[in-house]
Amino acid sequence: MADRGAETLLEIRDLKIEATIYPPGEPARDITIVDGVSLTLQQGKVLGLIGESGAGKSTIGLSAMSYGRGGVRLTGGTIRLSGQEIRTASHAALRALRGHTVTYVAQSAAAAFNPAKRLMEQVIETTLQHGLASRAEAEARAVGLFAELGLPNPKTFGQRYPHQVSGGQLQRAMTAMALCPKPDLVIFDEPTTALDVTTQIDVLAAIKKAIRDTGVAALYITHDLAVVAQVSDDIMVLRNGKMVEYGPVAQIIEAPQQDYTRALVSVRQIEHVEAKAEGEPVLSVDQVTARYRGTHFDVLSKVTVDLRPGQTLAVVGESGSGKSTLARAITGLLPPRSGSIRFCGRTLAPALAQRTRDDLRELQMIYQMADVAMNPRHTVGTIIGRPLEFYFGLRGDEKRKKIQQLLDEIEMGSGFIDRYPAELSGGQKQRVCIARALAAKPKLIICDEVTSALDPLVADGILKLLLNLQKIEGVAYLFITHDLATVKAIADSIAVMYRGEVVRYGAKSDVLAPPFDDYTDLLLSSVPEMKIGWLEEVITHRKMESAGN
Amino acid sequence: MKRIPLSALLGLTIVAAYFLAAIFAPLIAPYGMADAVGGVWEPSSAQYWLGTDSIGRDLLTRMIYGGRTTIAIAVAATLLSFGTGATLGFTAATLGGWVDQALSRFIDLIMAIPSLIFALVVLSVMPVTVGTLILVMGLLDSTRVFRLARAVAVDITVMDYVEAARLRGEGQIWIIFREVLPNALSPLVAEMGMRFIFQVLFISTLSFLGLGVQPPMADWGGIVKENKDGIVYGVTAALYPAIAIATLAISVNLVADWILNRTTSLKGGRNG
Repeated sequence: MADRGAETLLEIRDLKIEATIYPPGEPARDITIVDGVSLTLQQGKVLGLIGESGAGKSTIGLSAMSYGRGGVRLTGGTIRLSGQEIRTASHAALRALRGHTVTYVAQSAAAAFNPAKRLMEQVIETTLQHGLASRAEAEARAVGLFAELGLPNPKTFGQRYPHQVSGGQLQRAMTAMALCPKPDLVIFDEPTTALDVTTQIDVLAAIKKAIRDTGVAALYITHDLAVVAQVSDDIMVLRNGKMVEYGPVAQIIEAPQQDYTRALVSVRQIEHVEAKAEGEPVLSVDQVTARYRGTHFDVLSKVTVDLRPGQTLAVVGESGSGKSTLARAITGLLPPRSGSIRFCGRTLAPALAQRTRDDLRELQMIYQMADVAMNPRHTVGTIIGRPLEFYFGLRGDEKRKKIQQLLDEIEMGSGFIDRYPAELSGGQKQRVCIARALAAKPKLIICDEVTSALDPLVADGILKLLLNLQKIEGVAYLFITHDLATVKAIADSIAVMYRGEVVRYGAKSDVLAPPFDDYTDLLLSSVPEMKIGWLEEVITHRKMESAGN
Repeated sequence: MKRIPLSALLGLTIVAAYFLAAIFAPLIAPYGMADAVGGVWEPSSAQYWLGTDSIGRDLLTRMIYGGRTTIAIAVAATLLSFGTGATLGFTAATLGGWVDQALSRFIDLIMAIPSLIFALVVLSVMPVTVGTLILVMGLLDSTRVFRLARAVAVDITVMDYVEAARLRGEGQIWIIFREVLPNALSPLVAEMGMRFIFQVLFISTLSFLGLGVQPPMADWGGIVKENKDGIVYGVTAALYPAIAIATLAISVNLVADWILNRTTSLKGGRNG
């Protein structure tokens, strides 16, 4: 279908999108979400929309099918699809358009599929509804797409239910669903964000191949510049509903013009010199085996790691590797079946209830989702003040002064003390959680995926803060993450976990230096790099690997 | 501050009027509560606004005192049911395990018996005083509050902030009253309006059956009972308490709806 030529498929001019918000206790008011954005997409090309949360990238993406999610209104500008104005088109015209000419791939395939219907039913649903093909033709096309997307047993894959396939497969099935009615344009809304890095690559490669083979045009929405650089022809950088920079991939990646784009490109380049493993370990996990109640397999199997005072041990692995369970075992939420945990020279009681108050105080935890780690009905002052009151008996002015001091340490001003979590941004919430942990004067903080829910630039800020605080307070971190870029940025030593076991463990420089075991190699090679052509390199490299085996 | 919607304003006004009348009954009632002042079932007149009852007492006076008794008992029983039900429900949800199982199954057992029959049996063997009425009504209704409180709290106890509190070493009291309660308040407050109305209906039913408030003390259910025979002769006396109960029920629900709307934000933010 390469002969489609360079005809303009989608042309958006001066798009303005508004919504009404209802702040509690205040009158409702209109806010502008997207303002004056213009873009052009040629047939068969891919445009990447990139920006942090709230940048309006999904909203712009959906406007390509003239749709506003959750009461969002497309109030100004023109959206022309194949020359037709669709912003003001009738409902009937839009119904014919959506799911046929323009289709959509959502971020969470698990939530987008109906769990009670077989995959095939759902994949061909819109094709049948629009009367584009007979059932047999649609199914044949779906099977072809399954094969193209590299799904196992394409002929019988459609007979499965959504829960019977993995997350990465489900995401590819959704891509098949979007491609089945032979659309002109597909909107990909963060299709790989919820996946593990190793899975992300497969899905990304499958999507890229499918786009190339079918000659469809695509809007690719993501917050990860490295990912979008692999699949797009052009990139538009957005911030707060306005365009920051718009150009070909090579220009954006290699010669960004705007400061914001430059910051995005250079994200995750924190330098951290690895410290030597000296001194008595603050934490020694020895041969720890654990399983959840009512199950019959070990989620942790003979895990042995050490952590020196004031240093960072990164625990890396995919979801299901047992890294968060390790944190639960250390904190006492899940008493291990065997093995021991030594902390500050004493052996910790297995269960939380038997630990002394000092054990609890010196071992703090920071969570992935700062939103739910703080009680929404407590003020920042209460949240940070409670450990001070609970462990040190501080009251009144003394407590308030200490809270203030902690707020200064996390680089937040005094105005925050009486605010509620809902009034903070994502990064600020995580900072408050850090302050709450620091308030207890801990020797060790367990950081469970603390940056994975944050935008890259905000995440960078949090990592820098954590490194600074480590220098000042001498606290050790057990850093649980699936993101190797984060690991490279902050770790002194690394433990790679796979299916409940530590498969590689040592100083950062040793773990990250060849020769690699297969799993570490897979993990390392899967981290997207800010480089055009990286995806192809990895895929070829992998093929060689498997050919060599 | 949002403006109070008309429906809520109407509800608030009527509820306030009933409560004020109940509190200041001795001051505003034209006659004594148990005084026979006229003939039997006199029609309404300038002297007796709502007429007189089956033994010649002023019906308006009876209604005002009756409201006082009914509302007081219903309020006390509601507070008791929420105090007990919510505390037990939160405890079951936060402790979990066998405590939760034991409490929940025990509550199921009580709920399996129709409350009216349960109350009738208990009240027929116990001396019927205002105290016992409140106790029986409050405890019976606390089973429903327990169910709601536990369900709400179970959702809250799995949040990371509750886990964080446990890791800090906080006791049950802090977890229940500082972590769980503030987040469970909106559904509970809304439910409170509903349960209050059910208590009004319950005490009225009991009185109508003769096991509730005992004469000569006035209460709405009792007034219906005393005057029900008059309906055959076209005497409307028995209808006034029914109207009072209905208007109070509707008004309380209007207020409860407004409170729920105000305190629940669909976006999950902080709510006033």
